Amino acid sequence: MDVALVDPSPWLIVLPLLWAMFAFLLGPGRGGRVAIVGMLVQTALAVDLAGRLIREGVRVHAVGGWGAPLGIDLHADGLTAVMLLLTQGVGLTLFVYAWVYLAEQKAKAWFWPLAGLMVAAMNALLLSADLFNIYVTLELLGLSAVALVTAGGRPAQVRAALRYLLVGLVASGAYLLGVALIYGVYGTVAIADLALRVTADAPLSIWLAGILMFVGLLAKTALFPFHFWLPPAHGSAPVPVSALLSALVVKVSFYLVLRLWLGPFAPLTDSVGWLAGLLGAAAILWGSWRALRATHLKMLVAWSTVAQLGYLFLIFPLLTPGGPALAAGVIHAVSHGLAKAAMFAAAGVLIRATGQDAIAGLTGVADRLPITLFAFGLAGVTLMGLPPSGGFLAKWLLIDAALARGQWGWVALVITGGLLAAAYVFGVLRQAFLLPTGPGHFQPVPRALEWSAFVLAAASVLIGLRASELIELLAVGGFA
Amino acid sequence: MTTGELLPLLVLASSLLPGLIIFALPENSVGLRTALNLFGAIAKLILVAVLLTGVQAGEDYGFRHTVLPGVDLLFKADALALLFVSLSTLLWFFTTVYAIGYLEDSPRRSRFFGFFSLCVTATVGLAMAGNLFTFFVFYELLTLATYPLVVHRGTPQAMKGGTVYLAYTLGGGAVLLTGIVLLHGLVGSMDFAYGGYLSALGMEQPGLLKLAFLLLMIGVGVKAAIVPFHGWLPQAMVAPAPVSALLHAVAVVKAGAFGIVRIVYEVYGVEFAGALGLLTPLAVIAAITILWGSARALAQNDLKKRLAFSTVSQVSYIALGIGLFGPLGTIGALAHLVHQGLMKITLFFCAGNFAETLGIHKVSEMNGIGRRMPVTTLAFSVAALGMIGVPPLAGYVSKQYLADGALAAGQEWAQTVLLVSALLNAAYFLPILYRAWLKSAPPSWPDEHIRAVGRRETAWLLLLPPVATALGVAAAGVLAETDFSPLHWARLIAEREYLK
Repeated sequence: MDVALVDPSPWLIVLPLLWAMFAFLLGPGRGGRVAIVGMLVQTALAVDLAGRLIREGVRVHAVGGWGAPLGIDLHADGLTAVMLLLTQGVGLTLFVYAWVYLAEQKAKAWFWPLAGLMVAAMNALLLSADLFNIYVTLELLGLSAVALVTAGGRPAQVRAALRYLLVGLVASGAYLLGVALIYGVYGTVAIADLALRVTADAPLSIWLAGILMFVGLLAKTALFPFHFWLPPAHGSAPVPVSALLSALVVKVSFYLVLRLWLGPFAPLTDSVGWLAGLLGAAAILWGSWRALRATHLKMLVAWSTVAQLGYLFLIFPLLTPGGPALAAGVIHAVSHGLAKAAMFAAAGVLIRATGQDAIAGLTGVADRLPITLFAFGLAGVTLMGLPPSGGFLAKWLLIDAALARGQWGWVALVITGGLLAAAYVFGVLRQAFLLPTGPGHFQPVPRALEWSAFVLAAASVLIGLRASELIELLAVGGFA
Repeated sequence: MTTGELLPLLVLASSLLPGLIIFALPENSVGLRTALNLFGAIAKLILVAVLLTGVQAGEDYGFRHTVLPGVDLLFKADALALLFVSLSTLLWFFTTVYAIGYLEDSPRRSRFFGFFSLCVTATVGLAMAGNLFTFFVFYELLTLATYPLVVHRGTPQAMKGGTVYLAYTLGGGAVLLTGIVLLHGLVGSMDFAYGGYLSALGMEQPGLLKLAFLLLMIGVGVKAAIVPFHGWLPQAMVAPAPVSALLHAVAVVKAGAFGIVRIVYEVYGVEFAGALGLLTPLAVIAAITILWGSARALAQNDLKKRLAFSTVSQVSYIALGIGLFGPLGTIGALAHLVHQGLMKITLFFCAGNFAETLGIHKVSEMNGIGRRMPVTTLAFSVAALGMIGVPPLAGYVSKQYLADGALAAGQEWAQTVLLVSALLNAAYFLPILYRAWLKSAPPSWPDEHIRAVGRRETAWLLLLPPVATALGVAAAGVLAETDFSPLHWARLIAEREYLK
């Protein structure tokens, strides 16, 4: 058999497209089984790809045998593999959750085809080797995400989705403009080529291109002050969609920021890391504060995403070759992806069981839904950055990096952020542990929902014990 | 994996696995839950006995797992670790028996015993931690595992106590983390070593080393309830009696005190800490805590609150002994770690019995209780006299060493502190004993749940644990000179610290 046929990279894009089409043909609300099987295979492919990377190093796959600059290259290094593993693993668990969750809901309408397009877009983005293909995948990702937010059909969802759509379009427009400027100067959009050509004395138009592209991507990552679209969109979407968006979609655009920052734009970004750090700091404080003030569970979780995304940007002022900051960012992205998926999934169970979304209405759920509450708590442990979770290791590395540079301000910020997270997580737990005064009305909830939330939460904590493998994988291609 | 690597992990697993299974058990499977609890507690006792004989014979037990490049999770069952591990394991066994009796027929027992087991797992992990990273991991796990126990009753009052508890302990944990990473940046992640590993730095960066010491001491001082970080302890008294016993004697407060021991002896090294001028401030703060705790205890009418302030005071004896800089003080401190645990757990068991059997919560309600509950009251009296330091009980032995240590170190003021504290101890314990034994009983008790049947003054499961630990208080004092006493073990550790 030809080696190209069994190369996992193209299949990670083709497969979700295939099952998305299939689910579309099956009709509204159907295709969940196919999607889950597809995700299982993709997970295996991602694991296989990671194994090959560790054994053989960075992989470039020329689609159709043409290769750049004529054809399309798929590029995979350690960072790609980590993100692919996260996307497939979390996606798989959330699909099981969604399958059970949507069985009784109207929102299922076109969930599965849209989810398939979204996964295909994410995988393609992660594997793309040139800026224009990335633009295409960004648009596909944005559109499928917006469509998923509206899946419930409620007016609030449509309003939030429109705002999301507008931000997404403007952001990808800015990104595309940047790509055009780059092409005009260098005549190429291949990331690897650009990394060789861009220098610190690049012309003004390259600076402009960089600003446009990063602003576009920061808006898509919902970094403060571009976060305004996230809480309504993630807070109002159907629960499985909120989980996918908060756990994965924003992480993918962060991946792109990281890729461009360390790749083509590395000569230019050195001096502006502090700016990303400051925005991250503002995100942590503002997001945590709003989460603390939230009265509704899903809004709390959504604002917590705004805060947690801030940590990802604290690494930029602290990046040093071979230093701990990059690993901190990636470990945080992975563990937050797992934890936030778990937290939305758990929130979905609590909302369904109590029939409402107010935190004040959670009295007594510790007795009724111990597994779900445990899942919520474990995910909270990761968000607070307590050991042995992945979130803890990320914070440890961040503090280490900050102290190595003598920058105590970041240390204080990371510690404060952790305590604020503890305050909003325990705000929920406290309500749940409170004894109910009356009998309370609880709807029964399928066990599969509770356990998929639990699995994700446990993974976000236990990943801390296997972080050295993650770092080993990251090292393929020179990261970490 | 060798036996030397496996044994520390088994000690952890012996409470972790039963705990995880118990979480999953339905509320009404009492038999299986009890069996799992007892199996875990007994298995841990046996494993610890094996470790004790091994370490006595000079064997090494350790397990290392690399988490990040240059950062290891390391378990090491050395002599100091085993001092704390054996204390927790033994007292966990008694507390488990007590809790089974105490929680009979109450709701949410699976959750209770699940977290109870996690709590002991965290304590044992913390005791066996071989470096500051590992110590921190379990220090925070302990916070998380105790919170659901503190708020177990689910009343608004319990939730308030739980919030105060979290605010203090998580805040302390954050400070501790900063200190640990600061040291990590200076010297990398080093293993604990007799004589300390920071002494190799010499006097190069005294400012940073002092700052790190301050951060670390605040971090562990919160759990050790050192003034002014003691505010959570009386608040956490809303928890059920077995949890109070756990907080005060087995796990939380002891974890803080143990942290002080590890940091002073095996991170800085006692000589180096002394050279940096860190020990005298530690001793002074400990002395303030001792006097403040005793003085506040005097003013409490609520029995459990009085005991809580007594803990604030008594745990700082350990810090005082360390701060005195000398082998005698060290021996006194380490022995007191164990002795205080035995005495305080007895007192809390007894307080729980008074509350559960007769509904007595206040000192003023204890008139004549010695005739209604003679065995419990006797156990209470033994422990209280031990706390005051009456020979030949456990408290006398450790306090004697502390006083000798103060003299040997030329710190006579510390002797005065010990004397004043002993008088205060007598002042808040003796009136209780007087009321209990010599005053006549009221015509009826506040809320009598459990009726006396013949000689049985309360449920057996509630009665046996305090009797056993009270016997321990007497034995640790009377048999202090034998080979397996806490004092003997403390001497072994002190020799290693001061001879290195």
